[in-house]
Amino acid sequence: MCLGVPGKVMSVDGLVAVVDFWGVQKQVSLHIVDEPVVPGDYILNHVGYAIRKIPQEEIAETLAMYDELLDGKPEDLMRQDVESEVGASRERPS
Amino acid sequence: MKPGEQLKFRDPVRAKALTTRLEELVKEIGRDPISVMHVCGSHEQAIARFGLRTAFPLKLDVVMGPGCPVCITDVPEVDEAVALALQGVRVCTYGDMVRVPGTVKSLADVRGDGANIEVVYGIDQAVELARKSTEEIVFFATGFETTAVATAAALLNDPPKNFSVLSAHKYIPPVMEIVTEMPGSRIEGFLAAGHAAIITGSGVFEAFVNTHKVPVVVAGFEPLDILAALVKLVELVRDQKPEVVNMFPRCVTHEGNKVAQEQLWKVFTPTGGRWRGIAHVPNGNLRLREEWAAFDTRKRFNIDVSRLWDYAPPKLLGQCICGEIMSGSKSPKHCALFGKECLPENPVGACMVSSEGTCRIWHQYGGHLDLRGIS
Repeated sequence: MCLGVPGKVMSVDGLVAVVDFWGVQKQVSLHIVDEPVVPGDYILNHVGYAIRKIPQEEIAETLAMYDELLDGKPEDLMRQDVESEVGASRERPS
Repeated sequence: MKPGEQLKFRDPVRAKALTTRLEELVKEIGRDPISVMHVCGSHEQAIARFGLRTAFPLKLDVVMGPGCPVCITDVPEVDEAVALALQGVRVCTYGDMVRVPGTVKSLADVRGDGANIEVVYGIDQAVELARKSTEEIVFFATGFETTAVATAAALLNDPPKNFSVLSAHKYIPPVMEIVTEMPGSRIEGFLAAGHAAIITGSGVFEAFVNTHKVPVVVAGFEPLDILAALVKLVELVRDQKPEVVNMFPRCVTHEGNKVAQEQLWKVFTPTGGRWRGIAHVPNGNLRLREEWAAFDTRKRFNIDVSRLWDYAPPKLLGQCICGEIMSGSKSPKHCALFGKECLPENPVGACMVSSEGTCRIWHQYGGHLDLRGIS
């Protein structure tokens, strides 16, 4: 019941939007979302109500935040992982 | 977020780096166990689905608290809905609520006895049913602030006179205090549920952190969101820094969704009440304000639960430990019924009913791989 599902806004008519969730289109109420929503926006839907417009630019920010968190951890660990990935793909028979 | 972009939050290189960091932090603290709690069924689902517990340090206990809205709906609240249905009133509710046991019966049980129970995806469907009919329609409204705001918005949007709300809505922030104050509680930090925090804002936890000196980190639902939030939380535990940190800024702001909050508090008032199996939680229940009496099922109907006492309670209910599981003091592996008499198709307790319940999630994803004790 309380799972939040992100979807893409296809059209808006007053306070009702048609939102695409991986190919399934549903009507979603815009009564409680706190920002204007236009077609092309992404929203988080809860039981038929958009509770949040998801800003695209913040996705990059979140990833940057994770990277920042990892400061102070040994640099070579990540490198090791990347190298073993590359190494594994090289060993794969072509 | 485009569906494809979620993959960035499952990037194995970042995940590996985060789990290594987590391991280092736990080693630095050097205690066993370090216990933290999350209060959200969606977090438990992500942890189980992606097998994250196998990647957690052995000395880090990540416990699920009272985060399943279906499970914490109290027995007398279910009884009210069941009694109403037996009185011939048409009751609409979310799908997960139908099989949740009351004292003697669930809504599903009385449906078999001819009661009119309607499963809806959201409250708007129930309002729609009321508009198209002259009969009384009751919406049995459950869930935390994320669903309570939908109930509030529907009531503010001029519902028909034959529609009313039986509110069993719950408000998360107060229960964190109760669980922390429980005798024997070992909780050293909380992961706060990202979606509920979208509504309330991360700022809502500041008062709790100041009084209880326990850190709170707001977390999202992708594997990397959870790992990163745990790293931050354990860091705060290590530094003994009781702070609120928002690790889900792509959705959660400090002040939250003000439009939603305004509607929420126009319709609801927090009152004390029991959460199933947990305790009386001051201000933990959301009830309709006096101004909404016309749409309040409890004011509109004389709900006669006494008729339920003609039935005997289910035999195994006495052995159910859902309460202790929800307060985080026990886990499904401590339950004698789990996976035996209590199964998703034939649940004894509420935690096995809902897809957000601890027992159901553990059952679905093969239980909980506990590597403790293996050297």
